[in-house]
Amino acid sequence: MQTTFSLGTIDWAIILIYFVFVLGIGWTLKKYMKDATAFLEAGRSLPAWVTGLAFISANLGALEVIGMAASGAKYGMMTVHFYWIGAIPAMIFLAIFMMPFYYGSKARSVPEYLKLRFDEKTRGFNAFAFAIMTVFASGISMYALALLAQVIIPMQIDWNFLGIHIGEFDFYLFVSAIIVLVYMVLGGLTSAIYNEVLQFFLIVIGFAPLVIIGLLDIGGWEGLKANLPENMIHTWKVSGSPDANPMGVEWFGILMGLGFVLSFGYWCTNFLVVQRAMAAGSMSAARKTPLIGAFPKMFIPFLVIIPGMIALALTNIGELELPLKEGTMITDFDKVIPVMLMKYMPVGVLGLGLTALMASFMSGMAGNVSAFNTVFTYDIYQSYINRNKPDQHYLKVGKWTTVVGVLVSILTAYVARSFNNVMDFLQLIFAFINAPLFAAFLLGMFWKRTTGHAAFWGLIGGTIAATIHHGLTLPAKATVGVKGGFINVLHTYPSEMAQNFWTAIYAFSTALLLTIVITLVTRRLKSDEDLKGLVYSLTPRIKDDSKYWYQKPGFMAIVAGAIALALSIIFW
Amino acid sequence: MGLDIKIPIGLMFSILGIILTILGFITNGDAEMYERSLGHNINLWSGLSMIVFGAFMLLTSTLVKKKKKE
Repeated sequence: MQTTFSLGTIDWAIILIYFVFVLGIGWTLKKYMKDATAFLEAGRSLPAWVTGLAFISANLGALEVIGMAASGAKYGMMTVHFYWIGAIPAMIFLAIFMMPFYYGSKARSVPEYLKLRFDEKTRGFNAFAFAIMTVFASGISMYALALLAQVIIPMQIDWNFLGIHIGEFDFYLFVSAIIVLVYMVLGGLTSAIYNEVLQFFLIVIGFAPLVIIGLLDIGGWEGLKANLPENMIHTWKVSGSPDANPMGVEWFGILMGLGFVLSFGYWCTNFLVVQRAMAAGSMSAARKTPLIGAFPKMFIPFLVIIPGMIALALTNIGELELPLKEGTMITDFDKVIPVMLMKYMPVGVLGLGLTALMASFMSGMAGNVSAFNTVFTYDIYQSYINRNKPDQHYLKVGKWTTVVGVLVSILTAYVARSFNNVMDFLQLIFAFINAPLFAAFLLGMFWKRTTGHAAFWGLIGGTIAATIHHGLTLPAKATVGVKGGFINVLHTYPSEMAQNFWTAIYAFSTALLLTIVITLVTRRLKSDEDLKGLVYSLTPRIKDDSKYWYQKPGFMAIVAGAIALALSIIFW
Repeated sequence: MGLDIKIPIGLMFSILGIILTILGFITNGDAEMYERSLGHNINLWSGLSMIVFGAFMLLTSTLVKKKKKE
């Protein structure tokens, strides 16, 4: 079967209308971009429902949509662990315990919070690592978009521009880069956030018909269960041992590695998502941001994982054939969403589905660029290159950073295209750097004695521990190299995922221990007065100013937690 | 921020909804076209839900609220 699409005029019109609105939003926002705060922090003025949807949408980039559908087909229901245990508890923790410090401290970024709480070197380490990581993430998003566009929008492009050959890949890459660049330079963070909200609704409205028709076809949830192996339709029941489930992980690794270290490390400290909450208009709105996001977040699996499972079930009964990876005999699960769209969607809703997919790629890029802008302008440029300039200067720098960020992302996209291994390698390094980060935040926020030296060396030590653990272990059936074992293979994990979870657990534990030990032997440099608003015990309790009891963060947190728990039990 | 995001969201989904609804009406009963979606006129259904959503966004936006105050 050939994976080509025939798009009708209507489909093109839908895609075009979306682009007009994206650019129109940027254009309308232009007149409000009067200072650096407006451009880089959205003026700290957005309502909670907007930042809440942007909070989950920033993470719902194409890599997530495509990747989660692929995981649905590979691992089945267990993929929901990335949501119900791997996101909701961390989002609740961020809202209730951490947001008061992030928002209340007036820090403009996560690295800046580290500077206020610890010291310059901890900020510097985090700022540089994060800046590099985000441009790479944005580049990978662009690469994936151009790759997918080649498949779903077949166009023969063969141009010569000053002797350089331009094919479809280059064309789609540049078109998407230019669109993102234009709306980001015009409207800054607000543009990014508004487009994330738009993308969220597009994904829901664009994918819902796919899921409904797919489920009707396979005979509902019962039909889906009947056509999938037993170990793919449960979440916790099959996690007793790694052999019992296709993911090759056991409950402790899921709970500690994914549910605690990786999840809290991502949702509570990654500036890409935290920035959305910081753009809210009030403390109350900032705390509600992750909570409002938590409700739709719990149900996203039904939009992205279920299509993958349906695709596999259809394959099992011979009604669908998934394409193979080029030149191999391995099934290309990344094509699940395009293949399903093509199977079920007639002209019209097909354009809608493709637009939703494209929107998620573009906002994936834009989200990373917006986080990069703020960290580069405030934490690198203003801190190390050019201090004490008037605000207008930083507004200008912010705009130019957008241009540079997009250009570097384009470069990265080409790197990703030519050296797949380089990208794997880089992502691995970022994973090593991120794993111990939550240890520094946890101790920093709840133990006032924690010192800057301790946090810094804890981060470095945790990163080294992650590297060593990775170097000493290997997933089953993998070859020594990027996948691990480059020092010596002491232990073999049943799967790559199990190895990742345990790398995170070791990195976090090392960082936690090191930070505690070093804190005890170093002198405390920050007084109680310095740490006011930055540490739990030195910050006055916040009284939420919501009018009604059901709008209070505490109540919303309990409801969100209860629903996530109920879902886990229903799909046990 | 000065722009209420509900306005562009409402406008976009209304426009797209109208397009899909019209398409759904014109192609209603086209068995070949809706073979993919198991015979359901999915354009019509999606279009109508998008119009409802778009209208809801516009009606709750500052566009309408401001007018009421005046």
